[in-house]
Amino acid sequence: MNNTMQPEWNGFVEGKWSKAVNVRDFIQRNYTPYEGDDEFLVGPTQATQNLWGQVMDLFKEERSKDGVLDMDTKIPSTITSHGAAYLNKDIEQIVGFQTDAPLKRAFMPFGGIRTAVTACKSYGYEVDPELIRIFTDYRKTHNQGVFDAYTPEMKLARHAHIVTGLPDAYGRGRIIGDYRRVALYGVDLLIEDKKEQLSTSLVRMTSKNIRLREELAEQIKALGELKKLGEIYGYDISKPAKDIKEAIQWTYFGYLAAVKEQNGAAMSLGRTSTFLDIYAERDLASGKYTEEQVQEMVDHFIMKLRMVRFARIPEYNALFAGDPTWVTEALGGVGIDGRSLVTKMSYRYLHTLDNLGTSPEPNMTVLWSTKLPKNWKNYCAEMSIKSSAIQYENDDMMRVTHGDDYAIACCVSSMRIGKEMQFFGARANLAKCLLYAINGGVDEKLFVQVGPKYRPITSEYLDYDEVMSRYEDMMEWLAGLYINTLNVIHYMHDKYCYERIQMALHDREVKRWFATGIAGLSVVADSLSAIKYAKVKAVRNEDGIVTDYEIEGDFPKYGNNDDRVDQIAVEVVKKFMNMIRKHHTYRDSIPTTSILTITSNVSYGKNTGSTPDGRKAGIPLAPGANPMHGRDTNGALAALASVAKLPFKDAQDGISNTFTILPNALGKDSLFVGNGDFDIELTPEQIAEIEKGAGCGPNEACNIPNLNV
Amino acid sequence: MEGYIHSIETFGTVDGPGIRYVVFTQGCPMRCKYCHNPDTWEPCGNEKKSTDEILADYEKYRPYLADGGITVTGGEPMMQMDFLLELLKKAKKRKIHTCIDSAGIMFNPNNESFMSKLNELIKYTDLIMLDIKHIDDFEHKKLTGHSNKNILAFARYLSDNDVPVWIRHVTVPGITYNTKYLLQLGEFLAELKNVKALDVLPYHTMGVPKYEALGMEYPLKDVEPLDKKDAENARNIILYGRQKKLNHPFE
Repeated sequence: MNNTMQPEWNGFVEGKWSKAVNVRDFIQRNYTPYEGDDEFLVGPTQATQNLWGQVMDLFKEERSKDGVLDMDTKIPSTITSHGAAYLNKDIEQIVGFQTDAPLKRAFMPFGGIRTAVTACKSYGYEVDPELIRIFTDYRKTHNQGVFDAYTPEMKLARHAHIVTGLPDAYGRGRIIGDYRRVALYGVDLLIEDKKEQLSTSLVRMTSKNIRLREELAEQIKALGELKKLGEIYGYDISKPAKDIKEAIQWTYFGYLAAVKEQNGAAMSLGRTSTFLDIYAERDLASGKYTEEQVQEMVDHFIMKLRMVRFARIPEYNALFAGDPTWVTEALGGVGIDGRSLVTKMSYRYLHTLDNLGTSPEPNMTVLWSTKLPKNWKNYCAEMSIKSSAIQYENDDMMRVTHGDDYAIACCVSSMRIGKEMQFFGARANLAKCLLYAINGGVDEKLFVQVGPKYRPITSEYLDYDEVMSRYEDMMEWLAGLYINTLNVIHYMHDKYCYERIQMALHDREVKRWFATGIAGLSVVADSLSAIKYAKVKAVRNEDGIVTDYEIEGDFPKYGNNDDRVDQIAVEVVKKFMNMIRKHHTYRDSIPTTSILTITSNVSYGKNTGSTPDGRKAGIPLAPGANPMHGRDTNGALAALASVAKLPFKDAQDGISNTFTILPNALGKDSLFVGNGDFDIELTPEQIAEIEKGAGCGPNEACNIPNLNV
Repeated sequence: MEGYIHSIETFGTVDGPGIRYVVFTQGCPMRCKYCHNPDTWEPCGNEKKSTDEILADYEKYRPYLADGGITVTGGEPMMQMDFLLELLKKAKKRKIHTCIDSAGIMFNPNNESFMSKLNELIKYTDLIMLDIKHIDDFEHKKLTGHSNKNILAFARYLSDNDVPVWIRHVTVPGITYNTKYLLQLGEFLAELKNVKALDVLPYHTMGVPKYEALGMEYPLKDVEPLDKKDAENARNIILYGRQKKLNHPFE
């Protein structure tokens, strides 16, 4: 990269970042940690209120049309496929929509033409037949590629839902472009950098090197298109952003290009707030913009993120319980030098929950550390109480592996921004796998042989050692099948639905995580515990397939901080992860696993027969690493302590525990539990109101006056 | 020593300051009509746990309980005085903040053995949450089956001995949600020097399923729950009553 300071960088401290792409270095040298409180925040401007009113009307209209306002049926979505669209061009500070109208869903056939057409059909839209013909006869899609390569066994396992939620007909997502690079460097420098990478890439033409060269060429093209996207909205983003407004806009264009190109299962934004704060601080200091103006830009930016939409099939929505986009933004955290990464911009982002009202998207995720400033902790807690919209993740734990410039893809997957990406791999249903172990690979719902024809268990009462040894064999099979299925998926996704712009905003040498996932962990732990500590009788149908279980006696249940069962869960995770590690993974990726379903556990449970823990067929599995509903009886800390025993190194893609609590059960208002100061000031009118009731008998109709103190 | 324990809650957030380890003891002599833990009434039953066992379990959660401590509630914890005394004494040795949630019903100034244990117990007690069910003795009997004389005497005893107290009071329509009684309660509070907080709770019906599960008739079937705003008004009336008494002690 060019060695000279760009004029737009005036006032920034130079460093490695000004000589090569290195956003983290830029942040570390230039950001201002903020330890103060939320007093500086300002409310929404009139323009913001007007725009948001407009958006609310659109949301209402969208809801009235079964959740889909409009769909594009004529133009396959690319970075430059559509002209400009606005809410109100005159007052919108940050601009850009995915298609030619707000909330209109783009047509994205590269993941699979059938899925794209079905998505339109299920909401009453007909796709242009010519488009269907093109993507059927001339242009192969990811989905077709996958099914060409799947083995019959893979198709059957998929059908039986022992591997489930696979991204073979939808975009895998879970890749976070470093959208900040667009603002810091401008597109021209990024193209120059990518060209340099291409010209210095290996020329011995192995399939690996050919693929890299082709991908780099695609990335360069995508960056060219990104520049055009700016032009469509009247901006020249070839140069670095020169102020906070441009920095937000440039960053957003990077993100917008990604969501125009990919309908991914999770399309995270990254970790932008502290980066952007550097621009805001410079402009506030110079007097270029006021706090009101900066907050307005942030409000308008967040507004846009709330309006990201994808065309999806109803089954997808059933799997993910709604229509989530997972625009995850990581806030705060602590740097490896010990300084807090909380800035005023972190506050401004959360403050949009006040200015625009609460919303699940973008998925505001606070990277929590015990070392965070007290004021920030208080503010987060206050906003959590108000909005119920903040996610928390353990920064102290993730920083060890990922440093201090990682972000969260989807809900828990951590990755260094622009340096690491993930191959998303959905889940293997370990609860179902246990049933396969008992039934010798016969599916308990379909009654067909899905797994290998191992000897089934034939005893009336289940023996722990016997079940455990069969279970290990069956997990061994599942791990191999699962990994190989994912290898097919990611090969084809790279080939037919490559994330051009997102990867253009990565380094050339990226670390790839090969993410797998586990569903049904608590059911497995409780089932094995029941078999070990109680008596479990197998109930078989006329063909000898176990379809139900009867439990005699009590047994320790996962979620009560009881090692007898918690260690079973730990062992299962360790064992399965080690089985996964034995297999070849696509593109030298590093295998990880997650225990993190948040909503899909409902659908997985539907497809899983009765289990030896007493759970009946069809009942939802517990989400993520949660104890089964109602089985944790010692309160939240005991339940969390059970979850916390699961080894992060064997489930590095994340462990989730979904925790719901009534606000009242979280503690008292300061009003009710004070410091012993009981002075009260009342008006004579209020006193008169009270005195009226002073002589009131127990059964008389005399209401307590509303004092409005 | 072992005590009869109903259950343990490791994440108690409404039973004293901070996050608390809450021990629910078994057994209560009162039969409050709105009781939401009728499953703790029987004095024996459920499991027995030793004080060491409980405190060892507490240690597992100590980092989370740094700003909290242990709360013994019930049931009526003072039904198992010896157990309670040993538990709190040992807890204090471990530098744990201790709190007892009690209705004061066991207090009896004429019971020498009880009083000597109590005199000892308050040395190891950082906070008592005293639940005053009803200020009027007649109504108190109707509501709980017992007189409130000893309960109010217990409150005075705690004041005289300077034991920090949080007063709790549940407002129930037709029973305590009544201006006259709220003012009366306020006047009583004016006598106490040790009250650190006044927690007025709106009557709720979350205990009803427990009655159904136990096959018991719920005594307040037709009483509608109150909301937070109602409790806030009631609290202000109590405070007004207290202030009036303090300003005009002889009226």
